[in-house]
Amino acid sequence: MVTIITIYSILALCLILSFWKNKQKTLLAFKIAIKGFLKTAPSLLIILGIVGLILGTFTPEMIKRLIGKEAGLLATGIAAILGAITLIPSLVAFPLAGSLLRSGATIMTIAAFITALVMVGVVTAPMEIKFLGKKFTLLRNSLSFLGALVIAVIMGVILP
Amino acid sequence: MNIIKKLKAPLTMTFIYLGIAFWLPDTAGKSISVVIDYAQEMIFIIPPVFILMGLLEVWIPKDKIQQWLGSNSGLKGILISFFMGTLPTGPLYVAFPLTASLLKKGASITNMVIFLGSWAALKIPQLLVEMKFLGGLFTLLRFILTLIVIIIIGLIMELFLKRIPDVTE
Repeated sequence: MVTIITIYSILALCLILSFWKNKQKTLLAFKIAIKGFLKTAPSLLIILGIVGLILGTFTPEMIKRLIGKEAGLLATGIAAILGAITLIPSLVAFPLAGSLLRSGATIMTIAAFITALVMVGVVTAPMEIKFLGKKFTLLRNSLSFLGALVIAVIMGVILP
Repeated sequence: MNIIKKLKAPLTMTFIYLGIAFWLPDTAGKSISVVIDYAQEMIFIIPPVFILMGLLEVWIPKDKIQQWLGSNSGLKGILISFFMGTLPTGPLYVAFPLTASLLKKGASITNMVIFLGSWAALKIPQLLVEMKFLGGLFTLLRFILTLIVIIIIGLIMELFLKRIPDVTE
């Protein structure tokens, strides 16, 4: 809700300014927007489909079972991989991580899950490739995955 | 031919869903309710983002972007990218078209990786939820470490993609 209000307020402000300064340019902006949207629409549908499949399979209960069953480094690895392939809204992810922590998962495992979840986007990769190229996307996501693991290890060592 | 190519992926997706609906109706039900949830979110968020992108293309001149976010923007560029990313502006897939426009206008790869990274991992509303469920210390430590890692990734990618260019088609 905050997100929607923010975006629309920014948009309204910009549009008012833009119309006031130059109508023609504003119309051109709309044309660019429509063209961009049409270009993206198919990949958006695909992302929707993939998100549905992944979240339909890896429900919070399922993730809890998968991470909770193992212990030690294996659990951390599984958590990182699950974090990387899923796309869970933070309002679901953080309570899930909190309950995993209480049920005995290590800080390292929780950190691996959260950092991989927010930094790596396997599901959104098709769209990232479309806009930013294959090399950029592969590099960014694999480096982010490594980074997520490093962060998790450091956090596991520092935090009690 | 072109139309078939364009429809290939959505059709494949439809077939996968039909297959799952047949073999695993339970999963299919969950998947479809997820799709409906996300579709609602997308319908609200995507149109304004594309209009903002259009306004950006029309109004902000190339040299300004280069000056603020280009290769020579230094610490200022990093800070601008970081703050733009942390604003509460929605899911990551929204940031890709914006990033592509900014790159075309001369923003550096380092800054755009920092922008995407903070957008995904360091958003203000997300941090508040994190603090509530995982504690302030966890959140603070993750924030600092993530910021450092994102900047390092940005620098590595700039080096790498400069040697092998052609980021966007």
